[in-house]
Amino acid sequence: MIRSLPTDDVTFVVGDTNIETRPLPPFNDTVCAFLNALSAYLMSNTATKEFPDVMTFAFWCRKGHIQKLKSEFSSGPDRLGRGLALHIAPSNVPVNFAFSYAFGLLSGNANVVRIASNETAQVKIICDAINHVMDDPKYSDIRSMTAMVNYPADNAITAKFSALSDARIIWGGDQTIASIRSLETSPRCVDIAFADRTSICVMDITALETATDVTLSRLAQGFYNDTYLMDQNACSSPHLIVWHGENAETARSKFWSTLENLVTKAYTLEAIQAIDKYTATLQTALDVDEADYITQHGINVVRVNLTDLPKQLENTRGQFGLFFEHTTNDLGPLAKAISPKFQTMTYFGMDKSELTKFVIDGRLRGIDRIVPVGRGLAIDVMWDGYDVVKHLSRVVAVE
Amino acid sequence: MFDTSSLSDTAPYALDRDQKSQIFSGAIGALTQHHYAACPQYKKILDKLGFDPAKSRALVDYPFLPVRLFKDNALKSIPDDAIIKTMTSSGTTGQNVSKIFLDRQNATLQTKVLIQIVSDFIGPKRLPMLIIDAKSTVTDRTSFSARGAGILGFSMFGRNVTYALKDDMSIDLEAIITFADKHQGETVLMFGFTYIVYQCLLLALKVEKQMLPFDDAILIHGGGWKKLADQAVGDKEFKNQLRNLAGVTQVHNYYGMVEQTGSIFMECEAGHLHSSIYSDIIIRGNDLRPLDMKQPGLVELVSLLPTSYPGHVLISEDIGEWLGEDDCACGRMGKYFKIHGRAKKAEVRGCSDTFTAN
Repeated sequence: MIRSLPTDDVTFVVGDTNIETRPLPPFNDTVCAFLNALSAYLMSNTATKEFPDVMTFAFWCRKGHIQKLKSEFSSGPDRLGRGLALHIAPSNVPVNFAFSYAFGLLSGNANVVRIASNETAQVKIICDAINHVMDDPKYSDIRSMTAMVNYPADNAITAKFSALSDARIIWGGDQTIASIRSLETSPRCVDIAFADRTSICVMDITALETATDVTLSRLAQGFYNDTYLMDQNACSSPHLIVWHGENAETARSKFWSTLENLVTKAYTLEAIQAIDKYTATLQTALDVDEADYITQHGINVVRVNLTDLPKQLENTRGQFGLFFEHTTNDLGPLAKAISPKFQTMTYFGMDKSELTKFVIDGRLRGIDRIVPVGRGLAIDVMWDGYDVVKHLSRVVAVE
Repeated sequence: MFDTSSLSDTAPYALDRDQKSQIFSGAIGALTQHHYAACPQYKKILDKLGFDPAKSRALVDYPFLPVRLFKDNALKSIPDDAIIKTMTSSGTTGQNVSKIFLDRQNATLQTKVLIQIVSDFIGPKRLPMLIIDAKSTVTDRTSFSARGAGILGFSMFGRNVTYALKDDMSIDLEAIITFADKHQGETVLMFGFTYIVYQCLLLALKVEKQMLPFDDAILIHGGGWKKLADQAVGDKEFKNQLRNLAGVTQVHNYYGMVEQTGSIFMECEAGHLHSSIYSDIIIRGNDLRPLDMKQPGLVELVSLLPTSYPGHVLISEDIGEWLGEDDCACGRMGKYFKIHGRAKKAEVRGCSDTFTAN
């Protein structure tokens, strides 16, 4: 069934006003082949190499990974996509629109993706690649099911798209969600809303003390990727590091000085960010009673020691490399402090089955991901507590 | 604490680097200890950051407070009943304003130092004065801002203080001409905020095709170049228009902030902003470490004046460049510098940026 998308003030970067909304089953062969072809094309494109995030996306949709996802997808009842999925992508994480689109395709949906109007190089590279790969007649089905659009910030236009949609994937935090939720949809439409979240990191002191230099520098690199790459603004970036064990000082200094060396080489702040960070540091000293001392490794790494966990732990946040740390043998109080706002727990030197118990047996209302340090930002089809492909497809129950 | 009155007989630009550094490291150390003892929040910050106030340090190593901290916190080193005046920064609409609490002693000191500094440029005598602003800016006490405070502060250098603008900010040519007739042949002093001088005086004169009948006027102006820079009006162009349209032959920009009223930085005849014996500047890089001469960076302002609030060492959001010390063509000692403008806003990374409409 072809639906006509609104065209007033809308620019179609990929696709056009007519979109085929008959669904496919999840992990349809043509869809998988298309993503693999997109991966190959992006990887062979010299422009891709300048952008690690585009590279990450290209690597994610390579054949091996998509096949792995397909085999992990349960062999339960038959499923089909829901129809037309509308994606409201964030403007400041350039490649998220591409992941969102791929999730929609893998679920068997036609997709309208709203991309940022301040078109970044990454968005252009990926859209060009999609256009190029789709030109192959093999992928004419995909072509008919795809539109990448941009339009001025205007809820009236989003409302028209919403009215046509069977599913909406809303990035951009609480405010965007509230704004998009206020728009009418068909009664069967489902939303996946990626709300504002926060994350934490747990590291074991003994494991760190006995870590080799290689392990330590990998750990620091992983931690850097989880935090500094997005200035700590990503939902999956940790703000609080819980040191599990006793006598943390040696282990902590070892970690922080390794990180400092790395950050000094790889990270620079703009003047206003340095002021923002310094102001936040002093404001923390004033506002956070549990903070007893603050260590500044230059401007790059600033850490605030907490004698106890502050109330409303989700608000204990930093930016540009401002971290909070707390040493404890007992994760009990942490369990109590975990609210639904917590998304990811990154770990080092901890037994992951223990951490799983911490969440499941502890009956926590937050923490949807438990991943090693370095995997914090690794987006995939299991994200933010959703099995995205299942959520974006419907069951066909047969007796 | 260091007694600033010991400097009241010294010319405000008489001390060279060595003489100044002898005074400053001790005086700033003493102010740091004073505020540590008197302002609980200041003490909290220093304690948690591990700064020992008793330790003497080089000037660059004293803790500096971001100006923004005064917007979100009421920082004072005096009991509430000693406050005689609360100054606020102008601040762009919608933003918090800084609140600066003054006791009598600090307010008096600010006035004395301002006189000492400004007199070095315009002489000790009061001059007939034209304020390039509307009277309502100072009379409307409900919105008593840095602009109002600036006008009142500088009015003490004038006599027959006359406002050049009507309450709707349009030019009051009649008042100006009456003023000019009365003071023919005298040197007159003008004072105003940079963008108001440009917008409401110079542009208005152009539109009305008028010129002011002065031939020897001095203008002191401040408040920032941002709005003029937006219209691509540079210092040279500004001065040319002042000369041609308003008969202003001597122009002094000043740089300062409400957080350090009194110890302002005046622009000399050579076009440089100068630190006086009461003030100093340090330029810091994006890592907040001090930079050498001729490298642009964040401007840290040091003042010997603040006693009633911990504003003696501040880091601003302005980008400036230190040009030299003790060797300016104008003959004044001390560091001289220029201001490039506000630090640019940075792009936000992260996933919770929204771009939907409201």
